[in-house]
Amino acid sequence: MTYENVKKEPLIRVAKRPELSSKKAMLIRFSSVLVALMIGGILILALGYNPVSVYAGIVEGSLMTPTALKATAKIAVPLLGAALAIAPAFKMKFWNCGAEGQITIGAIASTYFALYQVDNLPTPIFFAVTFVVSAIFGGLWGLIPAFFKARWGTNETLFTLMLNYIAIGFVKYLRIGPWMDKGQMFPKIPMFSKSARLPDVLGVHIGWIIVLVLVIFIYVYMTRTKHGYEIAVVGESISTARYSGMNVSKIIMRTMFLSGAIAGIVGWMLVLGTNYTLSDTTANGYGFTAIVVAWLAKLNPFVMVLISVFLAVLQKGSNTIQTNFGIPASASEVLTGLILLCMLGSEFFINYRFVFRKKTVGGDD
Amino acid sequence: MDTLLNFIVAAVLAATPLLFGALGEIITEKSGNLNLGVEGMMFMGGVAGLAGTYYYEKAVGEPNAVVSMIIGVVCAFLCAMFGAFIYSFLTITLRANQNVTGLALTTFGTGFGNFFGEIMGNAAGGYVSVGTVIKAAFDEGIPVLKDIPVIGKLLFDYNFMVYLALGLTIILAYFLSKTKTGLNLRAVGESPATADAAGINVTLYKYLATCIGGGISGLGGLYIVMNSANGTGGVWVHNSISGYGWLAVAIVIFATWSPVKALICSLVIGSLSVIPYYYQIPFIHSAIYEIFPYIATVAVLIIMIFRKKKSNLPPASLGLAYFREER
Repeated sequence: MTYENVKKEPLIRVAKRPELSSKKAMLIRFSSVLVALMIGGILILALGYNPVSVYAGIVEGSLMTPTALKATAKIAVPLLGAALAIAPAFKMKFWNCGAEGQITIGAIASTYFALYQVDNLPTPIFFAVTFVVSAIFGGLWGLIPAFFKARWGTNETLFTLMLNYIAIGFVKYLRIGPWMDKGQMFPKIPMFSKSARLPDVLGVHIGWIIVLVLVIFIYVYMTRTKHGYEIAVVGESISTARYSGMNVSKIIMRTMFLSGAIAGIVGWMLVLGTNYTLSDTTANGYGFTAIVVAWLAKLNPFVMVLISVFLAVLQKGSNTIQTNFGIPASASEVLTGLILLCMLGSEFFINYRFVFRKKTVGGDD
Repeated sequence: MDTLLNFIVAAVLAATPLLFGALGEIITEKSGNLNLGVEGMMFMGGVAGLAGTYYYEKAVGEPNAVVSMIIGVVCAFLCAMFGAFIYSFLTITLRANQNVTGLALTTFGTGFGNFFGEIMGNAAGGYVSVGTVIKAAFDEGIPVLKDIPVIGKLLFDYNFMVYLALGLTIILAYFLSKTKTGLNLRAVGESPATADAAGINVTLYKYLATCIGGGISGLGGLYIVMNSANGTGGVWVHNSISGYGWLAVAIVIFATWSPVKALICSLVIGSLSVIPYYYQIPFIHSAIYEIFPYIATVAVLIIMIFRKKKSNLPPASLGLAYFREER
């Protein structure tokens, strides 16, 4: 190597890292969350508040009293459910941004039964029927974009997003149209009768047990079954999947049905367990935040549990700081966005390393 | 006749924010960056433009219409550009996944807009609102010319941002097909490796296109916040920009990455969103009207399947990070 060549090598260059131990990778991700919280802290400081007491307020307002803890759990449960719904689709690199709509459609299906059929069915059968119907309708709503993607390769991100607005628009129609509560001045859908409400277990509706079962189910499904394997292959390379004889269209549609069905179940527990009625904000952004959860967890269901609890703490705690400090509750969205952006950036330091120009090349020394 | 005239005017007004969003995203995507954060950048632009004009008004007391227009546009552009810069840094320099980074930017930008909108509202004791002069600056048409019967209303009675969007459409169409820089930009989006070999600074082009594109998208947010026919009229309303960014992304696809076609598509979607206020459609409940634009978007996504021509295809490297050492 001549002296000139050495001169031309840049001072710092970027090279692929061989492989980082998972412990170190987790450490990098964890520190990126800290960085995000620090940026958030600087922002809070700039607005004239004490970041330490604001963060303490978030923790206190979300975890420190039994009531707060229950409220936090009521956020974490549907969030985790929606993230589990998204996971198989994302593994397949099918960007399902439509969990919000799939949740809403599931909720609509359950609401029909809760309003009009609850007196005709024994309670256990009512819950079983609504559970199944919500899952089917959510699944079908997820199947629509999957069908067009599998057949003709339409853009699924946009398709699923548009279906969100359509589902939510349909709820608005039901609210001022056929399902309106006649006795009210303000158009809204009536509250469900007592017998159409999910029972509580340890103070939180029974949905949390179902979601924890789903955690195990999705873990096993994604890592231990033929379906899970097929999803992974399609996600890595559609051509490889085709060459090895897999029916790619069928896999895409099947996976999206599952994804939508789980989201539909989340809709079921939101109307029957949390809100006891249907409104256009029933899905409450869970479908979108779930994308964050699923991505941050690297689609690992067990990590999703931690992250959805963490984000639920932020969300519930932000309501508290709104009352205590007058900081808008949208702070939780800003913080969530910051954390996600920092974590996305941190992936770089997991996959790549910096190589500095060596002083002693070619025996100059 | 009057109804038709009013309908056309309303459709143009409704189309403008979508056109800003789509034009910005076209430049961005031409560089090979699929930035799904349009909605987030619109929120950032909207809140910054409102903040700029609001504090300008507070500082001088008697605001000047032209100065407030400039301040609004510049603030919105710079703030949305900052959002696009975050996206660029993550996807170009740090090679993060473009899809997820865009979604993250939407989450962040939505929160950013609502957060600062409400902070300003709290400081103002309730909600933040600009005065009549600034409202008029973002609402009123061209003086004198707008008073010509029919033609005046049809052509000259729009706020300045409508003409700004029109001008941008023409400039962009010219830039992308007739200038060397525009062709270089397209080369970067089609095949960054080839462009790199030809001596084009790929990283610089991607950064500039994404940041400028983001700034332009952000003007759509400004429009929604400041205009009173299609937005809130200089008041911050929680989540007021919700949905527009995604429609803009969809328009880019229908428009097959062409600025002029984006203008037409925006008009179609815009007129669909205002049609119920001017024409009664039998058998359809008024609440269903709201979802017309979204249903139309889905329909067009499906129609697009059947018109796959070479000139309609997206930039070949769209969505992929370029890493010189991985060629």
